[in-house]
Amino acid sequence: MNYAPASLTTGAVPMPDVEPRRRPLVRAQHVDKTYSNGTIALKNLNLDVYPHEFISLLGPSGCGKSTALRIFAGLGAYTSGMMDWPQSMHDATGKPEREVGFVFQEPTLMPWATVFDNVYLPHRLKDRRKSEVQDRVKEVLDLVGLGQFANAYPRELSGGMKMRVSVARALVTRPKLLLMDEPFAALDEITRNRLSNDLLDIWSKAKCTVMFVTHSVFESVFLSQRIVVMAARPGRIIGELTVDAPYPRTKEFRLSSEYSAYCREVSDLLDVAMRS
Amino acid sequence: MTIQATASVDDRPEGFVAPKPRTSIVDVLDTLLPFAAGALFLGTWEFLVHYLKVSKFILPAPSAIVTTFVKEWPAIYVALKYTATITIGAFVTAVVTGIFFGVLLTSHKRIERTFWPYAVTMQVTPVVAIAPLVIIWVGLDRVWLSMLILAWMVAFFPMLSNTAVGMKSADHGLRNVFELYEASRWKRFRYLQLPSALPYILAGARISSGLSVIGAVVAEFVAGSGGSRGLAFMIVESGTLLNIPRMFSALLMLSIFGMSIWYVTATIQKILLQRWHESELKQEN
Ligand SMILES: Nc1ncnc2c1ncn2[C@@H]1O[C@H](COP(=O)(O)OP(=O)(O)OP(=O)(O)O)[C@@H](O)[C@H]1O
Ligand SMILES: [Mg+2]
Repeated sequence: MNYAPASLTTGAVPMPDVEPRRRPLVRAQHVDKTYSNGTIALKNLNLDVYPHEFISLLGPSGCGKSTALRIFAGLGAYTSGMMDWPQSMHDATGKPEREVGFVFQEPTLMPWATVFDNVYLPHRLKDRRKSEVQDRVKEVLDLVGLGQFANAYPRELSGGMKMRVSVARALVTRPKLLLMDEPFAALDEITRNRLSNDLLDIWSKAKCTVMFVTHSVFESVFLSQRIVVMAARPGRIIGELTVDAPYPRTKEFRLSSEYSAYCREVSDLLDVAMRS
Repeated sequence: MTIQATASVDDRPEGFVAPKPRTSIVDVLDTLLPFAAGALFLGTWEFLVHYLKVSKFILPAPSAIVTTFVKEWPAIYVALKYTATITIGAFVTAVVTGIFFGVLLTSHKRIERTFWPYAVTMQVTPVVAIAPLVIIWVGLDRVWLSMLILAWMVAFFPMLSNTAVGMKSADHGLRNVFELYEASRWKRFRYLQLPSALPYILAGARISSGLSVIGAVVAEFVAGSGGSRGLAFMIVESGTLLNIPRMFSALLMLSIFGMSIWYVTATIQKILLQRWHESELKQEN
């Protein structure tokens, strides 16, 4: 299977393997999830996520995208199967050291804290002093374009800016895996496009892996290298598609026939998902 | 297809300045309104007392009350100190214990389930009904302590229940963030639950401050001449002596004191929440 354009493999971390990109960052094997009320949210989920890739999870509402993402984040247990972090250190109990950042659908900021303190939170929870990490906090705030707003309170920001703060908070710990659950769904189209562009920029600078949940075909095609389409009842993967367009992707890409072709293909796949 | 940009849809003349929102006479009158109502009320009162020649044993005129207030000030001051000590003591104790037990209660589901019914029982039992018992237990030589306990019992519950509700009010999404970074119990308490609970705790403190005044007054009534020297006792005593102007003076002092306490807690609430909480925001929409 072809995972990415060759240009993207060059910056990959050195790995003892012959094929560095073949060794996944996270691997979900036969993962099932049944909620306590009996809902089968996921059935036999198999998904390998490779370093530095941008992957989208696409599917109709209720197909288990959020559930899957939360399992990748280590939030909430799964019923059976295995989650493997082949490249990470494991502690004495065998628990992998997940280096993840999570951007929820809502900005989930602390209203009583400034933008700076909100972004500092992950480090605060890991006992890092403010003086130690303030440069890093400023750096990610600059990265998301909010350097000037360190001392503002969330209520003084627009919806898009709050989302940027949330992204900055997720990035501040330099996670290997950035998980995003429909982060831009609540925003207007102009803001959403702006943030999508900026996200690709951030992704290339931060050199992390992004797993992006969305139910917008256009968003998934524009952003990702790989689109994983899911179906509901029970939640499962029904298809996968590689988007072989080079980065940086610009407005021209949005207008190209290549883009439309991909959208159509994903759309068809999604139709299959809806029908099944 | 050509699209022509419209330069301006504004057909108002050049240099047109929109009128500023008016902050004039109407606003000033608005703030004066309560005072005007008060003045009207007192004026009518004064007039009716003189016009109908009401006996001062029934209803003294406002002017007579003020005169008595000034004349009796040393006695009122002593009584105020007494009542204020009980009230503030009870209030502070209620805040501290209410927060402490509220946090303790919500720290574990099982603790909450075990003790919550008793907290409610304590709340619904009228304090007047157990006051004599408390006074006997604590001892007649320490009536001030019984009164402190009684006033505390009245003021305690809103602090307890508001803290308990507040501790559980943390935003679900934020709880996920804390879980993601494997925040310790203490950190979750300190950086998530406590700030989330703060508005609730402060609202509880406001209710509780008013209740501690009521609690102190009830306690003084029950204790009677057994040792109380406060404003409420002054009211009772003046009543038996038929010194109605003095009674009104003590009542006036009690109201002023209650207002001050309420104002202080409201101000603290404002200061602590003004940067972020909806209740204190003057957001421009
Ligand atoms: N906490 C829960 N308890 C019980 N059932 C749940 C819970 N969370 C989700 N579910 C169920 O699991 C299924 C998958 O939910 P999930 O939130 O993962 O879907 P989703 O793909 O993210 O949907 P959406 O696009 O609407 O966000 C749904 O049928 C939902 O009803
Ligand atoms: Mg979801």
